[in-house]
Amino acid sequence: MKKTIQESIKERILIIDGAMGTMIQRHKLEEADYRGERFKNWHTDVKGNNDLLSITRPDIIIGIHKQYLEAGADIIETNTFSSTVIAQADYDMQSLAYELNVASARCARIAADEYTAKDPSKPRYVAGAIGPLNKTLSLSPDVNNPGYRAVSFDDVAAAYTEQIRGLVDGGVDVLLIETIFDTLNAKAAIYAIQNYFRKNPLPDSSDKSYRGHSLLGGRGALPIMISGTITDASGRTLSGQTLEAFYVSVMHANPLSVGLNCALGAAEMRPHIEELAQLCNCYTSAYPNAGLPNAFGEYDEQPHETAHIIEEWAANGWLNIVGGCCGTTPDHIKHIADEVAKFQPRVLPVLEEAL
Amino acid sequence: MSEQIHIKPYLRLSGLEPLVVRPETNFVNIGERTNVTGSKKFARLIREGSYEQALSVARQQVESGAQIIDINMDDALLEGVSAMTTFLNLVQAEPDIARIPIMIDSSKFEIIEAGLKCVQGKCIVNSISMKEGEAKFIDQAFICKSYGASVIVMAFDEAGQADTKQRKIEICHRAYKILTEQVGYDPQDIIFDPNIFAIATGIEEHSNYAVDFIEATKEIKRLMPLTKVSGGVSNVSFSFRGNDHVREAIHSVFLYYAIKAGMDMGIVNAGQLVVYDEIEPTLRELCEDVILNRNNDNNEATEKLILHAEKVKAKGKVEIKDEKWRNEPVEKRLSHSLVNGITDYIDADTEEARLKYPKPLDVIEGPLMDGMNIVGDLFGAGKMFLPQVVKSARVMKKAVAVLTPFIEQEKEDRKQAHLAAGTINEESAGAAKILLATVKGDVHDIGKNIVGVVLGCNGYDIIDLGVMVATDKILDAAVKNNVDIIGLSGLITPSLDEMVHVAHEMKRRGMTQPLLIGGATTSRMHTAVKIAQQYDNGVIHVLDASRSVTVAGSLLSKDQKPEFLTGIKKEYDKLKEDFANKKTIKNYLAFEEAQKNIAPIAWENFTPVVPSFTGTKIFNHFDLAEIAAYIDWQPFFIAWEMHGRFPQILSDEIIGAAATHLYGDAQKLLQQIIDEKWLTARGAIGFWQASKTAPDTVTVLTENGNIRLEFLRQQIKKTAGQPNLSLADFIKKEEGAYDYIGAFAVTIEGIEPYIKQFEKNLDDYNKIILQALADRLAEAFAELLHKKTRLEYWGYATDEHLTNDQLIKEEYLGIRPAPGYPACPDHTEKYKLFDLLGGEEATGISLTESLAMYPASSVSGWYFAHPESKYFGVGKINEDQLKDYADRKGMSLAEARRWLSPILE
Repeated sequence: MKKTIQESIKERILIIDGAMGTMIQRHKLEEADYRGERFKNWHTDVKGNNDLLSITRPDIIIGIHKQYLEAGADIIETNTFSSTVIAQADYDMQSLAYELNVASARCARIAADEYTAKDPSKPRYVAGAIGPLNKTLSLSPDVNNPGYRAVSFDDVAAAYTEQIRGLVDGGVDVLLIETIFDTLNAKAAIYAIQNYFRKNPLPDSSDKSYRGHSLLGGRGALPIMISGTITDASGRTLSGQTLEAFYVSVMHANPLSVGLNCALGAAEMRPHIEELAQLCNCYTSAYPNAGLPNAFGEYDEQPHETAHIIEEWAANGWLNIVGGCCGTTPDHIKHIADEVAKFQPRVLPVLEEAL
Repeated sequence: MSEQIHIKPYLRLSGLEPLVVRPETNFVNIGERTNVTGSKKFARLIREGSYEQALSVARQQVESGAQIIDINMDDALLEGVSAMTTFLNLVQAEPDIARIPIMIDSSKFEIIEAGLKCVQGKCIVNSISMKEGEAKFIDQAFICKSYGASVIVMAFDEAGQADTKQRKIEICHRAYKILTEQVGYDPQDIIFDPNIFAIATGIEEHSNYAVDFIEATKEIKRLMPLTKVSGGVSNVSFSFRGNDHVREAIHSVFLYYAIKAGMDMGIVNAGQLVVYDEIEPTLRELCEDVILNRNNDNNEATEKLILHAEKVKAKGKVEIKDEKWRNEPVEKRLSHSLVNGITDYIDADTEEARLKYPKPLDVIEGPLMDGMNIVGDLFGAGKMFLPQVVKSARVMKKAVAVLTPFIEQEKEDRKQAHLAAGTINEESAGAAKILLATVKGDVHDIGKNIVGVVLGCNGYDIIDLGVMVATDKILDAAVKNNVDIIGLSGLITPSLDEMVHVAHEMKRRGMTQPLLIGGATTSRMHTAVKIAQQYDNGVIHVLDASRSVTVAGSLLSKDQKPEFLTGIKKEYDKLKEDFANKKTIKNYLAFEEAQKNIAPIAWENFTPVVPSFTGTKIFNHFDLAEIAAYIDWQPFFIAWEMHGRFPQILSDEIIGAAATHLYGDAQKLLQQIIDEKWLTARGAIGFWQASKTAPDTVTVLTENGNIRLEFLRQQIKKTAGQPNLSLADFIKKEEGAYDYIGAFAVTIEGIEPYIKQFEKNLDDYNKIILQALADRLAEAFAELLHKKTRLEYWGYATDEHLTNDQLIKEEYLGIRPAPGYPACPDHTEKYKLFDLLGGEEATGISLTESLAMYPASSVSGWYFAHPESKYFGVGKINEDQLKDYADRKGMSLAEARRWLSPILE
């Protein structure tokens, strides 16, 4: 039987893949590609609904996954950033939310299993990506009415529950709540995950070795990875929390890892990763953008540049999981993987039992 | 790089910012006014839907020091779920309120859950209990946990609310087992509310309620040490409603005992707590009787506790001056004001000059700079001294402030003209910029302020980031402002490491600015050996403010800089080499050997003197006038870089006049501080039984258990017959009668508003005098308390008759060494010292992450009474002692190494 992610993460710094959107753009797809046969008469435009490609062009999605696996990724993320009833409302595709998650999970599963079979000593994992939604629970969209909310906690939790069900049914290894700019949205996702597994415990769980008392005493649930987003130089999330406050707010998920992704390039992310490495009692993750966007909104930090910054983090012992976000490519991931391969992963802190 | 990190099981909460409840946090205030059941005003506002004003109630709580706010919407006339949701959503939009964690308070679980759905931070639920049985309790606990909330568990079960000590303990313990074993709660996320009930109700059975709470708290904390205890404090005084004066006294006395027993947090009106020691003694005595249920047969104590009132006070005064110079032309007048540091006419004179000269900038570059040049010359020639220069700078700043709006206006006009003409506008580069900061973890800034002023006088543009500034912030600001030089300051030893870190980061970021190092613990040697090695573009130790001018000058001159830096580098390399060579010469004993060579004290002839009390004694609002008599003035003048003995310095041939002037101004300000009660002197002392239980360990016996103090021992090889000292040597072993140890902490509070005021008035002169005086008062207060301790509180030297001079020369018996200073160089022992004294609540002092004390004007230390105890320096220690010490402290080796790095060989 292949090693679990909880086992692999003790042995080395795990590599998570890079951007999906950047790679899809390279295919220069048109409306017809997105629609495929099945949605050729859909009543709204669907171009830009990248998650839909897992159903209409699985060949492209599986192809991108394979490029990242080839570059050395241990973990690949499902193409499900917007696969919730809330986000799919933009395309009037709410009813497809569950199916999108299953389809994307399968695409990733196929690619990962193929690579695991090629080299069983380097097992590959699928992380079910749970995105931040286009509506937030802590912020009002109406400046004149700060108490207003465009969506409720229960709506968000229900949307995530459906996504989780799809991801689990599609066979992911771990759930990844990512690009969190409003911690309350993330808390709704954690709430949804905990309740989902309380009601639908997994029949078999191999994560006995996972430290800490996990959900339901460590049985019957998938591990959770959490990745927040520090939006700018203020060092806070969009909803205003400092890194430590964010960490304290999601600790109860008893996550496998907590980390940061998106918004910042590696250079800007560095002090936050340094801080995180000190305060986090679980594993850490980091997948920055390829620098900051230029005047045209493009990312032009080169693979060796990103990798050079990240190499130092690994040398400092701050990392357990690392990869890339917006603008990064298989080439970035390869450079990062090569640079960090020579370093030991971050050692978990000792949790003391007395004050 | 990767050191093993240790994480303690603290209660961690969050709003926009984290709140970590550490043992030294002592007591967490939970704001109670945003509770419709407790505040009529808040209830009315919510009922009327005046949420804006209701928010201001929350804001006011945060401003008056609440660390968590309790929000309760349980009112029959309110729809609780929607009121809670609306209010919390609004709170989330107010960063100054949402900063702190929220306690969601309701007796209806649906309201609690509605609240949990609105808050991104980690909340506390207040409360859940077993009153409707275990199944429901478990269910609710699971729900709270899935929102990540900590829970308050009320001592309430199927049989009702616990009133006796025994029932309180039993219910809490049962709930604990369920929460930790079945629900998976971490113990530190469980907070018990063992029920505070009203006392002095006239009903006999109620008389012991406060005692039950206090004793139950003690036992709960013993059984389940990671859990917390909380309670609604105002309940206890419910029978005195309408009489806030008595209620506040009762609250304070109750908290005094409950906190001692282990209560961690409480719902209180944060703005309205009286200080225990401030309660008039008769009232306090009566409150104690009622709370502790003493002298209370037939409700006797209750009956006695009734009415009390208050009093007030006021003062004022005037002065006259010589005004001949006022008839001179405006340039002369400006220069006179600058040289003599007179601000009275500067606004009017500057305005007059502005109207006379073509451009406002001409006034600065003309008469004002002329005046400052005179000041500079006089200073350079040793005819003016730092205090006077600082006064001159104050005048200069004020004059520039008058001109600035006009200069800005001119710039803007020029820019507009350029824009209109389509030409590009380039402002000239301006003065060289120097960035100054006191490093992370350190709060001391007198020296840095003086350097800022002096450099400012010399025409540099100063960017002062203040105190406790993190490395990234310093370096980001340096880059953003494109500064030419970075200057770091620090007073305590951990700041040295922080400076090394800054230098390291500067190199990593590829910065080019030279780095100046200054502050009391810094040294040329440390800079050369540790800091300069981290950074290649110039690291220079600057001894004092006057030196900073020449150093900055050399660094900013293109011609001189290369030669200057090469010179420094050579000098530092030599120092480093010498240091390395010297190292090998020193001989150290093996630690085991050093431990055998202890201070030869004939204990058989020693009978410990029993102090007049054990435990702590708190002093609040100690009379400043009494303290002022104990001031040692010499360090005051040293702060101003005027070296010499006091009072001889006042009649010194060269600096006597300047010193006398400064002394006069200081005395005047001191008198004002005393008369107008600007500052508050707070102190705490304590004595406990103690014995030496291991070669370098002193065990202190307290009513909350034993505390082991760990000391370090001199390890350098001494000449024959000389002991290797450790402070532990001055405490008797556990044989026969117990020995005693004492501790003290004093602080001078309330300086901030006056500093702000002086800053607003651009008055650095008085600002620095005030800071220096506050430091002196803190030291003087420590001296005074030590004397009272010797004569009275401990009373081991009742026949002592020493003058202030003799005190300053330390001619007394016994010592008061401070953790972090030479005899006990480990700063982390301060945690124990402050724990013993009752923490921040009792002392008014908080500790930064580098263990600096805040307010900055604070002094703490141990009291040793043995007549042969004396001050000494531990000096350098070896790896074997470090390892032993780390073991004794239960610290990782890496952590111990970090704290002790200044004394490691």
